[in-house]
Amino acid sequence: MTSNYAPDGATQLEIYKRAALLKANDERSRKVIMTGRLVMPYYSYRGQEIIPSAMAQALTDDDYWVTIYRGIHDMLAKGMPLNDLWAEVAGRVDGTCKGKGGPMHLTYPKKGIMVTTGIVGSSMPIANGIAWGSQLSGNNRVTVATFGDGASNIGAFHESLNLAGVWKLPVIFLCQNNLYGEHTAYEKATSVARIADRGAAYNIPGVRVNGNDPIEMYAAAREAVERARAGEGPTLIEAMTFRFHGHVFGDSDAYMDKDQKKAAMDADPVPIFRARLIAEGIASEDELAAIEAQVESDIDAAVEFALASPFPEFDELTKDVYAEGVAA
Amino acid sequence: MSDTATKTKPITILEAINTAIADAMAADDTVLVLGEDVADPEDGGVVGVTKGLSTRFGDARVRSTPIAEQAIIGAAIGASLVGYKPVAEIMLMNFTTVAMDMIVNHAAKLRFMSGGQTHVPIVIRTMTGTGFSSGGQHCDYLEAWFAHTAGMKVVAPSNAADAYGLMRAAIDDPDPVLYIENLPAYWTPGEAPETGHVVPLGKAKVVKEGADVTIISYSRVLNEVLGAVEAMDAAGVSAEIIDLRTISPWDKETVFASVAKTGRCLIVHEAVTQFGVGAEIAATLQSEFFGKLKAPVARLGAPYAPVPFSKPLEDAYAPTAARIAEAAISLSK
Repeated sequence: MTSNYAPDGATQLEIYKRAALLKANDERSRKVIMTGRLVMPYYSYRGQEIIPSAMAQALTDDDYWVTIYRGIHDMLAKGMPLNDLWAEVAGRVDGTCKGKGGPMHLTYPKKGIMVTTGIVGSSMPIANGIAWGSQLSGNNRVTVATFGDGASNIGAFHESLNLAGVWKLPVIFLCQNNLYGEHTAYEKATSVARIADRGAAYNIPGVRVNGNDPIEMYAAAREAVERARAGEGPTLIEAMTFRFHGHVFGDSDAYMDKDQKKAAMDADPVPIFRARLIAEGIASEDELAAIEAQVESDIDAAVEFALASPFPEFDELTKDVYAEGVAA
Repeated sequence: MSDTATKTKPITILEAINTAIADAMAADDTVLVLGEDVADPEDGGVVGVTKGLSTRFGDARVRSTPIAEQAIIGAAIGASLVGYKPVAEIMLMNFTTVAMDMIVNHAAKLRFMSGGQTHVPIVIRTMTGTGFSSGGQHCDYLEAWFAHTAGMKVVAPSNAADAYGLMRAAIDDPDPVLYIENLPAYWTPGEAPETGHVVPLGKAKVVKEGADVTIISYSRVLNEVLGAVEAMDAAGVSAEIIDLRTISPWDKETVFASVAKTGRCLIVHEAVTQFGVGAEIAATLQSEFFGKLKAPVARLGAPYAPVPFSKPLEDAYAPTAARIAEAAISLSK
C-alpha cells in the first residue's frame, strides 16, 4: 500500500471523531434495546467502526454511498444526523424515512446516502447505476458500496464487479470482512483465502487492508477515490475486521470461536486508535474526552428526540407506494 | 424511424416501440437504454427493437450489457436515483426471474422505504408469448407476479398506437413500470400514432361496444378476442371488448361501467388462469356487482402447466378466438 495518502494528524482526529460517535452509538443502541425502550432488529457493527470512519473521511458530502442492513456505522460516518437516524429506528414520523424504512432501509440523499438494503449483496448492482449516472453527467462523484464477506459469494457481487470493470465505473466496492457471514465462519463459505483476489477475475484492482487500522484504511480509501475520480474505474477493497457480537442482536453467538473473539475484542480498534492519538501528540486526553462527552450528549438528545416523536399516521400506509398514491 | 410517425402510414408494434423510445430520448437527455445486445453493433436488440438508438444517441446513453440481469436492473435503479430515466431491457420475461430481487425488493420499494426521499423512474421492457415453439422457459406471461408487487406498474399493449403511447407514458412516469411486449405480435401493423401521443397509465379502452357480455383482455390475445367477434355475432351474442392496456393499476371505472351495463364478464389472458390477473378482476367484480350479475364472472387463460414445446400442444395452450367465442357464448346463454 502506497503511503502517498497517509492521513495527517488533523485528518486522523476527524476519523477518530467519527469512530467515537459510531462506537458510542452502537453501545447506546444495544442498551436502549436491552432496557426495552425500543424494539428493532439490530445488527451490531461494534468492532468495525474504523472502516467507514476512514472511508467517509476520504469522501465529500456529495459522494454517494449504498450500504446494507449492518450499516448504521456507514450512515453515521457519511453524515446522517443522529436525530433523523434515531427517530427512524424508533419508527417515528420524524425519522429520515418517516419511520417507514427502519434500521435496514436508512436513506438520506442530502449526504449521498442513497440506499440501505436488507438483502445480502444488493448494494452493489445499484451502486453501479449511481456511478453510471456520475460517469454520464461528469459530476466527478464517487459511489461506495459496502457489503460483508458473505456477500462476496452471491451472484450480485460477481455481476456487479464484472459490469463495473467493463464500464470502468467510478465505484468502490468496500468489503467489510468481519470473518462471519451471518453464523457461518468465513473459511466454511468462501473458496478463496482473500476476497481481494476476486478483483483479478474482473480486471479490478483488489486490495486487502487492515480495516481496523485508520492509517492503512484511509490510504486505501484515498487511493480508490483518486482512481475513481481520475476515470480509471472501480476498486475492490477488502477491509479486515471483526464483528464483536452475533449476527443480529439477541442471537446466541455460540457459533463464534471464543478465543478468536476474545483476541479481537482485546484489540478493540477504537481505544487503540485513541491511545495512539495521545501517544503521538495528535490530541490530548482532555480533547478526546471532550469529543466523547459531546457524542454521548448528542446521542442522549437524539434518543429523547426520537422517543418524543409521534408515530406516523395510518394514512402513511398507502403513501409513497407511488407518486400519486394507491388507487382505491 | 422516429420522424416518420404519421397517422396515415401503418407501422408495426416493433416500430412503434422503437419510435417511442427514440422520441423520448430526443426530447429528454436523461432517458437511457441498457440491456443485452441493445446497441447497434449488437444488432440493436435480438429482434431489433432498439435498432438505431445507439447510433443516433451515442454509446454513453445506449449500452449493451453483459448477460447479467441483476446488474442490468441494478444499474437502471441506481441511475434513476440520481436523475436519469433508464429504459432497461430484460430480453425475455422469464429472465426477469434472475432479477427479481432488484425489481421486487428494490425498484418497487425504494420510494416507500425511503419515505419518499427517493424514487425509481425506470421502465423494464420485456418480451414474451407463445407461438414460436420456445418451450417452457422463454414465453411465460408472469404479469401477475409484478401486479402483485406494490410499487410496480404493469402495462401490456396490444397494438402499435398503444405501444407508442404507453411507452411514452411509462418513460415519463415517476415510478417503475414493467412494459410487456409480445414477441409474435411485434410485426403486426397498426395505425401509427402521432409523435408525442401518450396513453395515460391506468386507462383502459373500450375497443368495441356491446350489450351482452364484457370481455376484458390485454396484450396479443386481445386480438384473439377481436377474432372471436364474428362467431359471437353469429350466435347472437353482443360482446363489449375492453383492452385493459394497463394491468396495474387497472381501470376499474371503465370496467365497472361496462359490467354494470352487460351484467356478464369474461377475462382472457395468455397467463395461466390460477392466481392470475383474471382472479383479481373477477373477485373485485363479484364483490362490486354481487346480486346484479347475470352469470358468474368467468376466466379464460392457459392451463396450470408450463408452456409445452410440441406445436399442437403449444397451439392449445393460450386462448384462441374459437375458445374465446365458445366461452363468451356459453356465458351469455
